[in-house]
Amino acid sequence: MKLLTTTALAVTLATGALAQGDCAAGKTITDGTLTIATGNPAYYPWVMDDAPESKQGFEAAVAYAVASEMGFSDEQVTWVRTSFDQSIQPGAKDFDFNLQQFSITEERDKMVDFSQPYYTSPMAVLTTQSVIDGGATASVDSLKGLIWGADANTTAVPMLQDLIQPEKDPLLYGDNTDVTAAMQAGQIDAALFDLPTALYLSAVVVNNGAILGQFLPDAAPNPDNFGLLMEEGNPLKECVDAAISSLKDSGKLAEIEAQWLQETTGVPVIR
Amino acid sequence: MTQTLTRRQAFEARQRRRATTLAVGSTVAVLVALVVLIPLAPGWEAVKRSFFNAEVFAKTFPGLLNAFVLDVAIFAWCAPLIALLGLAVALMRDIRNPALYPLRLLAILYTDVFRGLPVILVIYLIGFGIPGLGLPRPWNSPYIWGSLALILVYAAYVAEVIRSGIESVHQSQRSAALSLGLSPSDAMRFVVLPQAIRRVVPANMNLFIALQKDVALLSFIGPVEIFRQAGVYKSLMANFTPYVGAAIIFLCLTIPATRYADYLMNRQRKARS
Amino acid sequence: MVLRLENIQKSFGSNVVLDGIDLEIGKGQMVCLIGASGSGKSTLLRCMNLLEPIDDGAIWLDGQDISEPGLDPQPVRRRIGMVFQSFNLFPHMTAAENVMLAPRRTKGLSRDALNAPVSALFERFGLADRMDHYPDQLSGGQQQRVAIVRALAMEPEVMLFDEITSALDPELVGEVLDVLRALRMQGMTMVLATHEMGFARELADLVCFLDNGRILEAGTPSQIFETPEQDRTKSFLSRVL
Repeated sequence: MKLLTTTALAVTLATGALAQGDCAAGKTITDGTLTIATGNPAYYPWVMDDAPESKQGFEAAVAYAVASEMGFSDEQVTWVRTSFDQSIQPGAKDFDFNLQQFSITEERDKMVDFSQPYYTSPMAVLTTQSVIDGGATASVDSLKGLIWGADANTTAVPMLQDLIQPEKDPLLYGDNTDVTAAMQAGQIDAALFDLPTALYLSAVVVNNGAILGQFLPDAAPNPDNFGLLMEEGNPLKECVDAAISSLKDSGKLAEIEAQWLQETTGVPVIR
Repeated sequence: MTQTLTRRQAFEARQRRRATTLAVGSTVAVLVALVVLIPLAPGWEAVKRSFFNAEVFAKTFPGLLNAFVLDVAIFAWCAPLIALLGLAVALMRDIRNPALYPLRLLAILYTDVFRGLPVILVIYLIGFGIPGLGLPRPWNSPYIWGSLALILVYAAYVAEVIRSGIESVHQSQRSAALSLGLSPSDAMRFVVLPQAIRRVVPANMNLFIALQKDVALLSFIGPVEIFRQAGVYKSLMANFTPYVGAAIIFLCLTIPATRYADYLMNRQRKARS
Repeated sequence: MVLRLENIQKSFGSNVVLDGIDLEIGKGQMVCLIGASGSGKSTLLRCMNLLEPIDDGAIWLDGQDISEPGLDPQPVRRRIGMVFQSFNLFPHMTAAENVMLAPRRTKGLSRDALNAPVSALFERFGLADRMDHYPDQLSGGQQQRVAIVRALAMEPEVMLFDEITSALDPELVGEVLDVLRALRMQGMTMVLATHEMGFARELADLVCFLDNGRILEAGTPSQIFETPEQDRTKSFLSRVL
């Protein structure tokens, strides 16, 4: 019995070491350990209960899946916390990779490295419970009749015309806060945001906020892509990219996304 | 045309020629400097691409013009209400009846408060704040409350201008009216006010030109007027030319209006001296 | 007595302007107030028309105390016309509109109803062709004549004139004095503050010399101009005559 356990342990270690040897060996900050950073606090639906070790939540699940693809066991994963702003500054990092809904932008890419995207955020419809109670449903026909608002500086403006073609001219604002103020004042029924923003606004900012539905990611012309953030020139990048590719190919990533960003949030897809 | 000039005329003609030559010369020099030197600046090509892009201009100008109709409409319904409220407040400040002192106090407070606040702040507070109390549609419209914010701010200025006009009418005009047995309110209505208002037309025109520009601030609470439309085009095309287009549209309206106000102001100054 | 002034007191702050004025003005009389500037002539006229409230004393108009504090001044002013030194006319109205405004507003008469009597007034004072002119299209003398017509249109019982020729060019004074002369002949009760000593001498029933807010000396023109008793009257007259 003891022998068996020891063997199993040895095998596990061996396979682990072997897998790391493939790509990640010697490239992590601490040998044999993958140090992953996330936000402080990390929140729903990205990390449930601010406890990434539980693997609960979209980003927590993605992190462990990537680690596993790279050959790290769950025990070999260590979590650290970083602020958003500090993470995207240039310089040495105390993590192997960091995930907290970093959009990949050209500007940031000059300072740090991004993995290939693990998530493409779709557009979602932010509204209030009273509008839903008033009969609005997650269908384009129902959406046409609403009074729309959007942040004038985002791609939400052309998408309103492309995806919904509202009957009344939309009202446009300078930033998110103004859009939500107008929604609170009852001047607009609904607003178009990317899903993460919509989730945040409905949970934290808008009283009685609700998300009516989300469009498919490919409906947007330039959707926001989230990537794992790494120090500029980090040799681990190719291993991380390979891991994500294989998670995409196997359908595992889509599974995680469906579980945490559609089923858990209960945001239906608008068709 | 061989007429002999007097010595004075000849001197003045020489002076005029000299002045004209100098004015033309310096203007040409400045223009040449602008046309030649600016394009030599290292960033000129980039600036030209993002601010003076003919293609973007042609594509966005009709849309901007269309959005400007909303600016004109907001101006058109605000202006008469501003004039009325401004007049009412100016008259309230002139109330001498002690029983109505609260009205006078209110008028003073009102002009102090609204002249002391940035327009955009008032638009935010009223445009989002009052509808936030739970008014039903269409009474929570940003058009209504945003316009009210503009009206409140500008009427405070107009009231002050009208009041200064009332004070500029000579006291003996009021005496003359009262000595005829007219009531104080008739003296104000038929004698003082008509003169006061005539005198402050140019000053008020300047206020209304400023209003025409400040209408764009309503875009902060939702209405897609020309400034917001230009911003949308800017985001879509990553190009600032739409703002230049909007500026041109504004100037087409405000420059003639400013010139006209100056003309009225000059005429009045001449009439008075 | 049409108008009786009794111990009129008036100060602006600590500056005593009228200091115990007593004066009786009979029907059809013409009273001239003379004196240096600042002697209180204008203030006295303004008090008589209730444009300035008096501090103490009383003003009686046909037996009614019109200086009662709190009394509505409008009906009184309709009975007492007043013409000022300058800025009389309303510059934004034609001469005829200037004249019609008060009757329209206080007596509720329409323009149509007023047209005939107002035209007659203009006619009477040689202004028939000036009815539709604006004040700035009239000479100073014409403006003052229109101002007189405007006061007369209210059919007052007494007329007050506050140095109405002082701001005029000398050649225009005569036409205005002619109007006053005509009113005098028609029996209008008049009180004038004036610097036109010749005119006062010719037509006044009573001349009052005001000095420091008091009537220092009053009497017929011949008494005042030929045999003044007070030194201050003499020295004033020697300066202006």
